[in-house]
Formats: sequence, C-alpha cells, structure tokens
Amino acid sequence: MAELNINERQAGDVTVLDMSGKITIGEGSVALRTAIRRLLEEGKKRILLNLAGVSYIDSSGIGELVSSYTAIGKESGQLKLLNLTQKLRDLLTITKLLTVFDVYESEADALNSFK
Amino acid sequence: MTGETTELSLPSRIDTVAAAAAAVAEFVGRSGISDDAAFGIDMAVREAVTNAVLHGNRQDEDKTVDIILKSSPDAVEISVHDQGQGFNPEIVPDPTAQENILKTSGRGIFFMRSFMDEVDWSIRPGGGTTVRMLKRR
Repeated sequence: MAELNINERQAGDVTVLDMSGKITIGEGSVALRTAIRRLLEEGKKRILLNLAGVSYIDSSGIGELVSSYTAIGKESGQLKLLNLTQKLRDLLTITKLLTVFDVYESEADALNSFK
Repeated sequence: MTGETTELSLPSRIDTVAAAAAAVAEFVGRSGISDDAAFGIDMAVREAVTNAVLHGNRQDEDKTVDIILKSSPDAVEISVHDQGQGFNPEIVPDPTAQENILKTSGRGIFFMRSFMDEVDWSIRPGGGTTVRMLKRR
C-alpha cells in the first residue's frame, strides 16, 4: 500500500484532494508534490487539501505543504487546508505556519471561502 | 524496571528513516513510556535519521547510520551517529523567525528540540557526528 493515498474530486471550481496516510520524506512528500504540480499544469489553482486521514507528517512533509502553498500562490491560485488532526495542528502551531495557512474544519465553509 | 540497550546499524538510504522509526517504536513500546512521549520520540528519531542519511552521510551507502537506544527507569535515550563531516547546530537558522516561516526546509532540528528534553551533538574521535536525545518519563 502506498505511503500516501490521494483521491481527487471536484467541488465546483475547487479541486479537493482527500489524503490518507503519511506525508513523510520520500514517497509521501513526492506524492503530494507530484499531485500539486499536475493540478497546476491542468490549470487547477483552487485546491483544498482534506487532511483528515493523514496520520503522520514530518518536517519534510511540512516543507512540502509550504512548497505547495507557495507554488500555487505564484500561479495566483489558493491552497487551503481542511480537517487537520490535532497533531498536525500542533505542528503547524509550533512552526507558526497556522498563521500562514487558511484552515477549516467544515468542508462547506472551506468551499465557500474560495468564492 | 531494569534498563535495556539496543544497537542498530542501517544503510544510508531514505527508506532507513522508516525502518529506524519502526525499530525505535518497538523499543519504545517495550519501555512503557507514555503515548505522547512516544510520539515525540518518533518525530525526533525520524528527523535525526533523516539528517544523518541526507546531510551526514549524503546517502553514501558505504556509510552506515548507527543508532543506540537505551531505556532506564528515568528516561529513554537515543543516539544517532553518522559518518559525515560534522556540523554546528548553533548556525542553523530559527525556522520560526518571520523571514524563515515559508522556507521549505530547516525544521528538523527544531522538531528534535521541541519534542525531546535534551538534544546535543558531538563529534566522535573516529569521525562523524552523534546526536544524543533524551526523553524523560
């Protein structure tokens, strides 16, 4: 089984990536990077990462989230985060990234925020 | 309880990070430390081994990452040794400084220090860097 599984769906003009597994150095980080690059190539620039199923993330994974955020921002797009686990929220808090990312606990609220 | 010591010697590959984490999780599970402490140890070990593989040994598979795990009634101590050139942790920039928050790397040592009670580095006489990390019970 892959370290990180990513399921893509469309909600209006927002692309939602339902992610489960681990975003760690190696396979997990690469999977996220590859998915984001592909979406940008397809012109999909409004992206919501549903992280409910992400059980673990390391500094490489956090770096990949930052890299995704800046890459999408450079294309005048938006990356938002949905359903952080408490541990991921804690990591984003201590790294001060919680102040950078737009984070939601309700998918409806997250989707509305893109409008 | 009595103490336990385990030593591991692993190749300098990215997949060693997960292998080391699994071995440490098993050791930590036997040590009876709390789940929160075990989570912190797991985070710190992954970062330390990542640094040893990438920055210390530069993924040279002729070099190993050697790990010593010790549990005692008071603490769990983990040492990760690489065969690299050594580095000065004091010159690593603070990843939470405003100008560094959006950097894509540089948080590993910060996590190690955040999750462990003691973290220190030493250069071994035979070469290489050892990072020693301690988590009290």
